[in-house]
Amino acid sequence: MKGNSYDYDVVKGFAFSAIFWLIVGLLVGLWLAAEMFMPQLNLTPWLSFGRLRVVHTNGLAFGFALAAIFSCSYYILQRLTRTPVAFPKLARLHLWLFNVAIALAALSLFAGMNTSKEYAELEWPLDVGVVIMWVIFSINVFGTLIKRKEKQMYISLWYIIAMTVTVAVLYIVNNLEIPVNLFKSYSVYAGANDANVEWWYGHNAVGFVFTVPILAMFYYFLPKSTNLPIYSHRLSIIAFWSLIFGYLWTGAHHLMLTPLPEWIQTVAIAFSIFLIAPSWGSVVNGYYTMRGNWDKMRTNYLVKFFIFGITFYGLQTIQGPTQGLRTLTAFFHYTDWVVGHVHMGTMGWVTMIISASFYYMIPKIMNKELYSVRLANVHFWLILTGQLLYTVTLWIAGIQQGAMWKATNPDGSLTYSFLEVVAAMYPYWKIRFIGGAVYFVGILVFTYNLIMTVRSPGLETVKTEPQSA
Amino acid sequence: MSVYSKPITFAILSGVVILIGTFVTLFVPLMLPSTQPVSEYVKPYTAVELEGRDIYIREGCNNCHTQTVRPLITEVARYGEYSKPEEFAYDRPFLWGSRRTGPDLNRVGGKYPDSWHYQHLYDPRSMFPKSNMPAYGWLARRPLDTSYTFKKVSVLGYGYTEDEVKKQLDDYRRKVTSSEYGSKAVRDRVTPPELRGQLTEMDALVAYLQKLGRDVKTVAGSIAAVAEASTTVKNPYEGNKNAIEEGKVLFDSNCKVCHGPEGSGGFGPSLQDSKWKYGGSDFEVFQSISKGRQGGMPNWDVTLGRERIWKVIAYLRTLGGKK
Repeated sequence: MKGNSYDYDVVKGFAFSAIFWLIVGLLVGLWLAAEMFMPQLNLTPWLSFGRLRVVHTNGLAFGFALAAIFSCSYYILQRLTRTPVAFPKLARLHLWLFNVAIALAALSLFAGMNTSKEYAELEWPLDVGVVIMWVIFSINVFGTLIKRKEKQMYISLWYIIAMTVTVAVLYIVNNLEIPVNLFKSYSVYAGANDANVEWWYGHNAVGFVFTVPILAMFYYFLPKSTNLPIYSHRLSIIAFWSLIFGYLWTGAHHLMLTPLPEWIQTVAIAFSIFLIAPSWGSVVNGYYTMRGNWDKMRTNYLVKFFIFGITFYGLQTIQGPTQGLRTLTAFFHYTDWVVGHVHMGTMGWVTMIISASFYYMIPKIMNKELYSVRLANVHFWLILTGQLLYTVTLWIAGIQQGAMWKATNPDGSLTYSFLEVVAAMYPYWKIRFIGGAVYFVGILVFTYNLIMTVRSPGLETVKTEPQSA
Repeated sequence: MSVYSKPITFAILSGVVILIGTFVTLFVPLMLPSTQPVSEYVKPYTAVELEGRDIYIREGCNNCHTQTVRPLITEVARYGEYSKPEEFAYDRPFLWGSRRTGPDLNRVGGKYPDSWHYQHLYDPRSMFPKSNMPAYGWLARRPLDTSYTFKKVSVLGYGYTEDEVKKQLDDYRRKVTSSEYGSKAVRDRVTPPELRGQLTEMDALVAYLQKLGRDVKTVAGSIAAVAEASTTVKNPYEGNKNAIEEGKVLFDSNCKVCHGPEGSGGFGPSLQDSKWKYGGSDFEVFQSISKGRQGGMPNWDVTLGRERIWKVIAYLRTLGGKK
């Protein structure tokens, strides 16, 4: 099983980078959640909500999720090709460059150097760094694939290839900007065009960072940890191609009822509905893989993470297109509902799958056993509870907010001032903070469990309790 | 040999597949001038407004405030005329936002006097105790850095010469530091003495906020069905005790922030004295409230409605001002 020539150091390096940025990003998130109802917490310019929110989103999307994706990609790539990573030194450079880039990104965003385009806020010198980093990663992906010993490429590799190609296109096109100086630039696009490019990018960052590589993990680690083959190869082929075809049309569902030309909005929502099919293709494929073996939900602690994760993915991909419909977007857009929607995807789907992948992968590459299955279960229930408390609260808040914004008196005048609606949200925002805190405790348990696994002396352990597999 | 065993072919094929939707929904609109039309009514930002806009971006104001009023009745009622594409021809980047933790700002320009914004940025809760907006008093303690202003307008192609940029900055500085400036008292209160003679970051931000949405003429009365036709109309609630009480509640939550407790004055004029600029008859007061007045009185027709405006007026009559 263990090929000594596989480069697992880079896998481990990225995994612990991911955990580090996860904790940083969540701490920032908790501070932001508290600022919503305690504005006194905007203590300094760099702690003010407007700057801090960007640190939170970038820290978690790129610091945490991307590091986890790199970690699992390097692992999956080597295992599925039965080939060590093509250029191990480049992979090491990638790891260092990545962490330097994320640290500089956080510092520059704290300092207010920010282009304002969501999830693409980094100023141009860092954009250049990100592109270089991506090229280094791509060289290793394709280098390893070309040298591979396994002829057929398994599903997970398709998703990794699609991510590698698409993220490069997205990032470069959306970040075209003209520098004023080292710290300031202006987008080359104006107004409605800039909006259209931005949300084409923004939505596909969700698609090709929060979906495609996470599906690669799902398709690899679910069969690995259950010894069950994926239900249908044909379904995964259809789901793959229609997913990557459909995604790129849908960005404008973030811009419904804005001054963007109406046809772009209509095309976007049509393709959003279309996307339900390939998304559910993977959901169904996951569920049917478990058919006849659902007892593993109880006996194999990893299966819970995968099945709940893919279920949140399924719910997410129904909720998303639905709330994009014109009549519903008129009600829900700009409210807390959408914040709840995003967090079901990130706290439910993305983190659940990454957690399980790490639990499978880290003991394996270290030739050790997981420190504690019981703690992994505690981690699962905490992040599930925290996430549900968070998202369900914000959905209710969003419904109330939307209804209050739209309420009118019999004479047609507005029933509530904007501030009355803000004041009505405070109880929800407090519960949301609690949900986030519970979730954070779950992540601390996760971190502790992984650190103890790494530190454990290995299989000849004497002192610790024996663990179940 | 299938594509699933040829990584490079596979990469090229997936590249083609993702570029189809990209081409139709992204590159085609970029090539169509109608996506982002231009209009002679919409002017580029002045040098000061542009610097203010860059502070808005630096502070991430777009994380809580949108700048697009959608064509929905209640939205137009709350914020004003819905947003038109040509308004954004000079917006690089766009700042439409995605979340309304605070209200939309696309029509905030001219809605309140500068003094309102200075006080509100300095200490939002002094005006709205339940607001969760961060305080931005420190913006008034930073002089405005104009060393890159000309470079910025050149990159953006606004067509100003270096002298014009200098003049715009000088003119605006003269305006806000002059003793005639209508918002001088509040500006002086929030600005430290050593910076009162020069432009601060807050000055630029206020200039930008006051520019927002002003180039597009609002369609007067398109939504507001509230009007009193007769100049001799009488307040139906005059002297009605319940209505006066309700009027006080409405006054305290909507009007007090500018006109002071019991109309004693603030950013807006006192309502206890006999100098009523736009007249004191029921008709005239109703007009001032429902349609608003130039220079800082917003229109309340759709936010309060006819009945509630009359109740506020009934309360105003108990304050001892002009009749």
